[in-house]
Amino acid sequence: MISAEKIPNNVNLSSNKRLQRALEHWQPKYIQWWRDMGPQGFQDHHQVYVRTAVSVDPEGWAHFEYVKLPEYRWGIFLADPVHDRRIGFGDFFGQPVWQEVPGEFRNQLRRLIVTQGDTEPASVEQQRLLGQRCPSLYDLRNLFQVNVEEGRHLWAMVYLLHSYFGRDGRDEAEELLERQSGNRDKPRILQAFNEPIDNWLDFFMFTMFTDRDGKSQLMSLSESSLDPLARTTRFMLTEEAHHMFVGETGVARILERTCQLMKEAGYSGDVRKLGGIDLPMIQKHLNQWFSLSLDLHGSEVSSNAASYFANGLKGRAKEDTFGEHVVKDAVYNMEFFEGGKAVTKDILMRNAMNEVLRDWYVGDCAAGVERWNRILESYGFSERLRLPDRKFNRGIGMYAGFHFDPNGVPLSDEMWERRKYEWLPSAADTEYLLSIMATPVFEPGKFANYIAPPRRGINQQPIDFEYVRTEQ
Amino acid sequence: MITFETRPDTYHHWKLTFDGPVATLSMDVREDAGLSSEYRLKLNSYDLAVDIELADALQRLRFEHPEVHAVIVTSLKERIFCAGANIMMLRGSSHGAKVNFCKFTNETRLAMEDASAHSGLKFLAALNGICAGGGYELALACDEILLVDDGNSAVSLPEAPLLGVLPGTGGLTRLVDKRRVRRDLADFFSTLVEGVKGKRAVDWRLVDAVAPTSRFKDAVQSRARELAATSDRPASGPGIALKPLNPTVTDSAVTYSAVALALHRDKRTAELTVHAPSGPQPTSSTMGPAEILAAGDQFWALRAFRELDDALLRLRVNEPEIGTVVIRADGDRDAVLAIDRALVAHQTHWLVREIIHFMKRTLKRLDLTARSFFAFIEPGSAFAGSLFELALAADRSYMFHDDQEENVVALSPMNAGPLPMSNGLTRLQTRFLERADTIAGLLAHEGPFNAGDAENAGLVTFAPDEIDWDDEVRLAVEARATFSPDAMTGLEANLRFAGPETMETKIFGRLTAWQNWIFQRPNAVGAKGALQAYGQQGRPEFDWKRT
Repeated sequence: MISAEKIPNNVNLSSNKRLQRALEHWQPKYIQWWRDMGPQGFQDHHQVYVRTAVSVDPEGWAHFEYVKLPEYRWGIFLADPVHDRRIGFGDFFGQPVWQEVPGEFRNQLRRLIVTQGDTEPASVEQQRLLGQRCPSLYDLRNLFQVNVEEGRHLWAMVYLLHSYFGRDGRDEAEELLERQSGNRDKPRILQAFNEPIDNWLDFFMFTMFTDRDGKSQLMSLSESSLDPLARTTRFMLTEEAHHMFVGETGVARILERTCQLMKEAGYSGDVRKLGGIDLPMIQKHLNQWFSLSLDLHGSEVSSNAASYFANGLKGRAKEDTFGEHVVKDAVYNMEFFEGGKAVTKDILMRNAMNEVLRDWYVGDCAAGVERWNRILESYGFSERLRLPDRKFNRGIGMYAGFHFDPNGVPLSDEMWERRKYEWLPSAADTEYLLSIMATPVFEPGKFANYIAPPRRGINQQPIDFEYVRTEQ
Repeated sequence: MITFETRPDTYHHWKLTFDGPVATLSMDVREDAGLSSEYRLKLNSYDLAVDIELADALQRLRFEHPEVHAVIVTSLKERIFCAGANIMMLRGSSHGAKVNFCKFTNETRLAMEDASAHSGLKFLAALNGICAGGGYELALACDEILLVDDGNSAVSLPEAPLLGVLPGTGGLTRLVDKRRVRRDLADFFSTLVEGVKGKRAVDWRLVDAVAPTSRFKDAVQSRARELAATSDRPASGPGIALKPLNPTVTDSAVTYSAVALALHRDKRTAELTVHAPSGPQPTSSTMGPAEILAAGDQFWALRAFRELDDALLRLRVNEPEIGTVVIRADGDRDAVLAIDRALVAHQTHWLVREIIHFMKRTLKRLDLTARSFFAFIEPGSAFAGSLFELALAADRSYMFHDDQEENVVALSPMNAGPLPMSNGLTRLQTRFLERADTIAGLLAHEGPFNAGDAENAGLVTFAPDEIDWDDEVRLAVEARATFSPDAMTGLEANLRFAGPETMETKIFGRLTAWQNWIFQRPNAVGAKGALQAYGQQGRPEFDWKRT
């Protein structure tokens, strides 16, 4: 039975017959999916100290308790409504927001929600083996926190599909559980979500860069004229922030440990001998995940993006900070790569909305990298991490099919093949990472050699708190 | 100037590969190799350049590869089959260019069905990813459709809801007429931008089967082999090579070996002349399949009709203001009749069969060309048998009535069935709907018809004598060239295809006519119409009044 107690919510689930009926079918399939595709080896015999959102006020979404993962109370929350909210951009600027899906935009909205929704379970699937290689109980708990919240984000999107899209919405909700990351027959929609994440450097880079794309997307959806979508994604953003915290601090702690090991190694830089992760390795993974996440923002010139903006479905991150919101005639001065040369052309701003969002994203990433570099600086090292040029290693958009080095200098196919592992992780790099992560660290307060402890614990608990405990 | 000749080693957009009786025709559109640099052919979307290569590939499969019994039509782009006609291309095209693009793509898809129905060449659409609009219409032209079941790939006809136009390549007609999709389901499907996938696509007959990615290639191969096994084409070649036509092109003429197109732009007229075979021709007893094979693409019937086909295409797309075309046939009419006899005698041979069907398709191309055609039958003309079809296809024919009665026309068995029109009838049957019983008598007529007999029999429109001829034909052409080109297009299209409807006549008569109306309407092409608004300024603004 669907009960409002087991499913914390602020959407009147107990009186919403349509939602109850839909969830009665879907929820058991979700639990089965979690058991089959969720964290492997941590389903029935471990209790995890996780946060559960039980309401949208500040205390409500910071409720901590030990739970077995399949018993986590995934809930449905919308941020509080804004009184007399008006459409903030596009052709309907200034009109009241929609409480129902307009028939005209049913398909576009459904596609946006399904594409966003598909990434949530996908990342849980990608990360399902990571628990077996965890660097500490603290990190293991963070992994599971991220996982259950990605699960909740799936619930959030499914809530929209069930509530606003009729039979098609229910079918789509089921398909979100049928597609599987990396499954040849039913892959996840976006290619970046079909590769397994099997080492923790990848995990931290993913939560730093790819979840930050999630943040970009959620920020632009939180501007949507469809009020339930805007309110849902606004609440999701509070959780997404934690994921980026996990990523940014995870990489920062690896960096910190690398600095310590570099010092121990007598500034020789050869930290691998000491079982650490060297700076070039970190840079390569940064290059990889940054470029993959740039792809997730879509083509530079996009008629879909123009249409989403015009129709008020998907805005710009922080739309209210822009001076003009209809953007009918404005242009974006975009760089193109033609005949081996960079040329700039004016593109109608609406068609350049993906690039506008990418600009915001690159800025947000750059700020994070800057914070990482302060660690190097504080240890007195002159090396710095940096974001590669946005042309580097792209699989989507106008740079796909061409090759560039991290400075944006064009390369021949042959040169790229010869040099790509200077900039991207090679099989040997991955093998090395797996070798130093082979043994999981389950002892409270202990950390793997390649990563420093965090500054503080979760919810004011000590660092050596038993964040994940094994049931007797 | 657009030209229509190409060959596989210069294709930009398709790959043609062979594996025994199964060929694979794979779409891999090069974004920057369309006819114009104004648009990029993203996601395997196509323009006329892409379709010209497709038409060429189909032609070569028929003539150069008799050993091929089934063709897999698929894509080399991952998770994309074909996104249909390029929208930016349509937006930037003139009305005439859009109409000619749709007409040519329609003819090409009908040629696929023709190959299946008459040449034992079966087509399997292997949809490896998204398949929208014209992409799905290409699949609909195949015998069977296999769709990958990856939870994402769907077939769709999003033209109406997304672009405010119709699927322009027979999609609606084939849904209900060919695939027998229920009309209410077809209505729902045709308004669903995202299309239908998986089991529902099979249940609704939109595709024949689905297969998961891991079994897709095997399923395609095994079904293609099964289809190939149903073919009556020869087990092995050789085929004949279709070599370039190499016409001489000047500003005012395109001249081939057996066809000449002379352009008079100042008068908005052209003269299209087909020359009967000259020089020693084999007689029907010495002209068997072996000789025809040996002659290859130089065999007159094939050469002349390939040239005629090319001339018609050039006329359509490159000479929009030439509205009236005078058709002539000259040379040795007995040579034409001899060739006709050989064609009919050996029509079960694969190559002869291909040649006859090619002649048929070229004559259909003439029927469907939106220009006024007048046949001028003058002394020395060769309007006999298959070339007399040109006179029958013309909107009117004028036959010079000479005192010596040497100017004649003649029928042959080629007028009795092998060269039907889109309506399924021969041109004689279409011409004499009211007097069907007289056709057998005309075909049995001993020897040729002189002008008087031909006029009496209704085989020609008018037969002016020497005194009247010059004025009659001059006035006819001059008057015709002054009428509204739109009215003439509509008039001719309505009069040429009397008799029953077929899927083909519905596609050209109904779908195309509606589409061409919609293509002119502000709701589609106005400054705020759907085709203009798509992907740019935002939503279209419609005039909501319905007729």
